[in-house]
Amino acid sequence: MQRTKFILGGTFILAAVVYLIVSSTQASKEYFLTVDEVKAQGASVVGKSLRLSGAVIGDTIQYDPNTLALTFEVAHVTGDNAEIEAQGGLAVVLKTASSDSTLNRVKVVYVGPKPDLLRGEAQAIMTGKIGADGIFQADELLLKCPTKYEQAVPEQASTN
Amino acid sequence: MYSEFGYGILLLSFFVAIYSVVAAVYGATNKSLALIESARRSMLLMFPLISLSAATLIYLLVNDHYEVSFVYEVTSRSMPTYLKVTAWWGGQAGSLVFWSWLLAAFASAVTIRKWDRDIEFLPWVVVVCSVTLAFFIGLVVFYENPFTRFWSVGGAVEPHMFAPANATLFTAQDGRGLNPLLRHPGMVIHPPMLYLGFVSFVIPYAFAMAALITGRTDDRWIRLTRRWSLWAWLFLSMGLVLGGRWAYDVLGWGGYWGWDPVEIASFMPWLTGTAFLHSVMIQEKRGLLKHWNMILVILTYDLVIFGTFLTRSGVLSSVHAFANSPIGPLFMVFVTTSLVVSIGLVIWRWPQLHSETEMKSMLSREALFLLNNLLFMSILVVCFWGVIFPLVSELFTGQKVTVGPPFYERATAPLFSALLFLMAVAPLSAWGHSTFETLGRAMWKSAAAASVVTAALFFTYTKSIGALIGFFLIALILFVTFQEFWRGARARQKAQDENFFTALFRLMGRNRRRYGGYIIHISMALMAIGILGIEIFQSETQGLLKQGESLNISGYDVKYRELASWDSKGEGVNYTRATLDIYQNGIYIGELNPRIDYYFDSQQNMTIPGNRSTLRDDLYVLLVDWQPVSSDGATFKIFVNPLVNWLWIGSLLFLVGVIFAAWPDKDPVEERTRASRQVSQPSSAD
Repeated sequence: MQRTKFILGGTFILAAVVYLIVSSTQASKEYFLTVDEVKAQGASVVGKSLRLSGAVIGDTIQYDPNTLALTFEVAHVTGDNAEIEAQGGLAVVLKTASSDSTLNRVKVVYVGPKPDLLRGEAQAIMTGKIGADGIFQADELLLKCPTKYEQAVPEQASTN
Repeated sequence: MYSEFGYGILLLSFFVAIYSVVAAVYGATNKSLALIESARRSMLLMFPLISLSAATLIYLLVNDHYEVSFVYEVTSRSMPTYLKVTAWWGGQAGSLVFWSWLLAAFASAVTIRKWDRDIEFLPWVVVVCSVTLAFFIGLVVFYENPFTRFWSVGGAVEPHMFAPANATLFTAQDGRGLNPLLRHPGMVIHPPMLYLGFVSFVIPYAFAMAALITGRTDDRWIRLTRRWSLWAWLFLSMGLVLGGRWAYDVLGWGGYWGWDPVEIASFMPWLTGTAFLHSVMIQEKRGLLKHWNMILVILTYDLVIFGTFLTRSGVLSSVHAFANSPIGPLFMVFVTTSLVVSIGLVIWRWPQLHSETEMKSMLSREALFLLNNLLFMSILVVCFWGVIFPLVSELFTGQKVTVGPPFYERATAPLFSALLFLMAVAPLSAWGHSTFETLGRAMWKSAAAASVVTAALFFTYTKSIGALIGFFLIALILFVTFQEFWRGARARQKAQDENFFTALFRLMGRNRRRYGGYIIHISMALMAIGILGIEIFQSETQGLLKQGESLNISGYDVKYRELASWDSKGEGVNYTRATLDIYQNGIYIGELNPRIDYYFDSQQNMTIPGNRSTLRDDLYVLLVDWQPVSSDGATFKIFVNPLVNWLWIGSLLFLVGVIFAAWPDKDPVEERTRASRQVSQPSSAD
């Protein structure tokens, strides 16, 4: 009798947790896409929660301190690690991506304080939605600067 | 010279660790006390050896030896000496040395205790500690060597440990410097705290394994490591809180916790550790859940190793980056192997770990503790799912899908609420048997008081249902816990004829664990107030202000007075600091100085908020941008974070509670409770 009660109770909790996980996953999942994938899928991704990553183009960064609107463009960077390694590491890939004008680019708008790490050749990872106009409205903006923290050899190296 | 020395010592300590494993295993299986003693001594040798190597590394860091790649990566000439020392754990290679050094210290502390009748545990505790040490030192020696130097070979600079042919040593002019975000007192002590917590959980695990291997599967191992677990938990908790405080002070997004994989990685062992601290009590008092405790301590150990890797590998946003780090796969292999071996041992000893009684009542203390464990494990599953979801979805659908903070908030909020509710109910339930009636009788006064508080909040403070439920639960915990203090002290006052405060003081002194636990519960309730406040009531505004203009938010007027910008050549920093006058309901209450520091060496900004903190709310102002002519204006972002201070106050009280519970005492009252139940076994007082 007690045993049944414990089993029932346990099953109930288990079911509740599974429900919580499944429903929360459904409600807050974000598709991780590259710039090329966003371009390729076109209208089908409009309005969906996306997580987009790309290389920041330094010249396109604009900031309006009145409205705190930050706009910039990101260029396509592959999401495949093996490919990144084959091309010489993330730092190299980002550098080439941000200077290669033949690559696909997406315009990003973010409203808020300008992040300390935002600059050309940084990797931007943005969460938000893409509009019908093809502009990505970011709610969250995360930046990584691999050139600064991953390159293990001093810069004097190249001039020697 | 120094590099070779430091590296040589590390290499030596690696072999000493291997020797100590072999000697301990061989000594234990052949019952050779001499070999076991030899293993113990080599274990003790590890600490001075690693200390020597670490001292060498610190010497190199402090004295600007930029020919060493690690020194080049984490320090620069403009950094003050104390930061150069703490840069020791500012990069992966150094922090692995730091980890090993802590573990060697703890393992030594354990091995020099008096073992007496626990001597059979000794060789296996040495084995577990030495295997773990060998793994970490091995990583340092073979993969992440902090003593690697730069060599100039035919015009190119390459990092190598030893000079390649025809190479000359290359010394960089200056180092890259520690990431400015990490140059903060919070960041100076946050990693060591977290690591102290991580590393000290190795000890309970080592004893658990020793218990399984020797077959002494009673709760001796739990009693021996109870204080270790508490201290480990304390450090881990403080590490988490300090990390939150650092984020709040430095990262400038107005929050303290962002559910990022690195944070979750250090939160997961905390979850299993907290569950473990609760469930060992059931084993001590009732002889139940023995398998479960083993599994919890194993999970905690493996999550600690996993967390060490995740927190230091520098992969922030993507789990896929595992493959990028050469040590990633090694960590995975080590975690998997130790998990398989440990679980294998549990299965092997499964019959000996049977329960001594049965759980009879759904509302008994032990059943509620079990429920508490299930909730902690559920939160763990949610966290783990969130971290691995991108991998899983890519594997099955080919589409990379991630989940963000909303997922964790949504999925864990009901679970955390249930934990709060348990915190209010469990202290009132009895071991063995409780009913709704007994619980109701014990609880109704507190429940009524909490309802009054909630009703008052409804009319004066908030109409949000979520917040009201939260405040009700918090109030319930506070009333129930205070009532417990009151009841115990009154009973003792009558029985011993003491005055109330003497009675309270002695009561708490005699039951440190129980009342320490209650203090911790109160601190958790206070922290919950802070979390509710910032999560539900945070408000924000932003704007470009000309001199003399102001922004208004939640009764505050923030008026822009002036802006100053200057270089500090010595520190290599440009400071831009705004001065704002703050008025509350028209009355001047002080000024705030948000600023932006620009670090020349790493070409990076750091946004330091101006924060005015009271028990009611925090006014948190960020300088976002400014015009070339400062009188033209500057842009600010302002947050009002209600009640968040209670989070920090709660964490201070938490510190008091854990120290109170873990402080050594000479009067083991707890031991007697169970002795009466064990007739066959002699009382096991320490």
